[in-house]
Amino acid sequence: MNNRLIHWFKFASPQSFYPLAGKMIPWFWGLAAIFFVAGLYIGFFVAPTDFQQGEGYRIIFVHVPAAWMSMFIYLVMAFWAGLGLALNTRLSSMMAQALAPTGAIMAFLSLWTGAWWGKPMWGAWWVWDARLTSALILFFLYIGFIALQAAIDDARRADKAGAILALVGVVNVPIIYFSVQWWNTLHQGASVSLTRAPTMATTMLWGMLIMALAFWMYSIAVALMRVRAIILEREAHTEWVKELPEVKN
Amino acid sequence: MLSATGLTCVRGERRLFSGLDLAVGAGEWLHVQGENGAGKTSLLRILAGLAPAAEGEIRWHAEPIGALAEEYRRHLLFLGHHGAVKEELTPLENLTFSARLDGASLAEAEALQALARFGLRGREDLPVRFLSAGQKRRVLLARLAVRKAQLWILDEPFTALDVKAVDMLSRLIIDHVGSGGSAILTSHQSIPLPHGRALRL
Amino acid sequence: MNAAIAVIRRDLLLAMRRKSEVMTALFFFIIVVSLFPLGIGPEPVLLKKIAPGILWVAALLATMLGLARLFAPDHADGTLEQMALSPTPMGVLIAGKIAAHWITTGLPLVLLAPVLGIQFDLDGAALGILVVALLLGTPLLSLIGAIGAALTLGLRGGGVLLSLLVLPLYVPTLIFGAGAVEMVVSGMSAAGHLSLLAAMLALALFFAPWATTAALRIALE
Repeated sequence: MNNRLIHWFKFASPQSFYPLAGKMIPWFWGLAAIFFVAGLYIGFFVAPTDFQQGEGYRIIFVHVPAAWMSMFIYLVMAFWAGLGLALNTRLSSMMAQALAPTGAIMAFLSLWTGAWWGKPMWGAWWVWDARLTSALILFFLYIGFIALQAAIDDARRADKAGAILALVGVVNVPIIYFSVQWWNTLHQGASVSLTRAPTMATTMLWGMLIMALAFWMYSIAVALMRVRAIILEREAHTEWVKELPEVKN
Repeated sequence: MLSATGLTCVRGERRLFSGLDLAVGAGEWLHVQGENGAGKTSLLRILAGLAPAAEGEIRWHAEPIGALAEEYRRHLLFLGHHGAVKEELTPLENLTFSARLDGASLAEAEALQALARFGLRGREDLPVRFLSAGQKRRVLLARLAVRKAQLWILDEPFTALDVKAVDMLSRLIIDHVGSGGSAILTSHQSIPLPHGRALRL
Repeated sequence: MNAAIAVIRRDLLLAMRRKSEVMTALFFFIIVVSLFPLGIGPEPVLLKKIAPGILWVAALLATMLGLARLFAPDHADGTLEQMALSPTPMGVLIAGKIAAHWITTGLPLVLLAPVLGIQFDLDGAALGILVVALLLGTPLLSLIGAIGAALTLGLRGGGVLLSLLVLPLYVPTLIFGAGAVEMVVSGMSAAGHLSLLAAMLALALFFAPWATTAALRIALE
């Protein structure tokens, strides 16, 4: 037990995590590529044309996984940030910082593809649908987190302040989500909602799940690359960074 | 009473000091010296518990100050660069409020007496912004006189004081240390007080 | 507790001595509310329908206005350090500061809102609910806002950043607050909305001073 604990903490130090992350990145990129190809193939060629929505629905193979990721990454980010605050482990805070831009991109992607889907379905680029509205607010939360960290010069203070914001955000996300849902049902009669999708063909579901996996792998790969960059930036004054071959040359 | 071992302070990427040990007992005071930017203020803030040390431990009566928290602060008086004096309030209001913040209640007569002792008689009810810089510092000194704390941590207490006020402050510190208190202070000038030890950063 | 009351009294005293800050927020509220009819047109039915939303959005923005100055003066003159070093837990003192902020910015809005509501032809029942909803909602705005104010304390561009952090978190308050009034206007009960506001207030009363204090300690390091 004790041995195991030590093992874990060994990788919690930036110095030992840096090369480990470097070894993992190609694998995640590879997996992401495989899943993307498979998912897109299913999405474009295997999945049948929807009898209600025609070909336009195929954007869900990007839209839905992106929306899932945007929510999930926020939770993961808040987890790492909170861990960094509680245990004072630098690497966890760096993870949180590395995840934020990816989360923001996912939220933005889900908004963008939502608009593309909405135009043929609803005849409008934007409707104040509960999901779209919550995604928009989630996007604002990400931007707030990134902007707060960017505004603080001292890295440790940025970590801690960001962690508090992420934790406050994570308490608020369900409340925001629920309130927007409530607001939407109160104000809207019968508009098409993304939630009430017609029964899905099995191949569609598979395509979506594989695409979700692809987004997962992509997010991990990108986050690891970013965390490596953050480590180099923050530990630039240490001996081990100066000894790295990529820094020396 | 207050002891620190192996203190290290890192500001940004610069290591201000490391492996610093110090101890201040009852009836002793410590003069922290060093050039500008040597980390004097940082050290005092770490000792007061405002900022965490990168490494090292601070103990008050053999207990870590982090664990003591409010119990430690009850015995501590810290005066930083900014005196926590509100420009819009009068010296009397400032003094009463800081006493409340220190967890004590201060009778008006006692407060007035302390202000008079520092030459602020007749200015008790004038908003502080109408006072001179030196007079503002005197409002702070009045606080030293009424606050009962065992440990004083004073950052540049002699700044902006005239000769008379320097004298009064010296006497306050002598009385405090003489009655078994301790003090840690920074100052550019040499301080003519007995029982002092110097710490060079 | 004594120390918290002392903080409230001092902040109220300070607000009395710098009245212009309080009055600015109040007039801001009035002006923003008055701008909407000018932008939308004087049609009474439409204005009555959107009145709750307008009043609430204006209240949100007016609260934001004073937030940047909630901790900044105390930070600049060292009072915040003394609060952090007080034998009274800092969270209690900060709760006092937030209470004072509500009394000086939230409460005047609550009192003024019904008068502005009359301009939009809201009836008695709706005005009553508006006041109740604002009474529950404006403390919530102060509590959530204080976290943002503490996080952005002393940062460059702090004011703009503050609104970026805080406004998304205000969404539920806005929805339930304005929703409560709309329910009454359309002849339904606002009890559900009001209980949700109250529940959020209870949650925020518990967590917000704590989170604010943690953020302030970080800013002081």
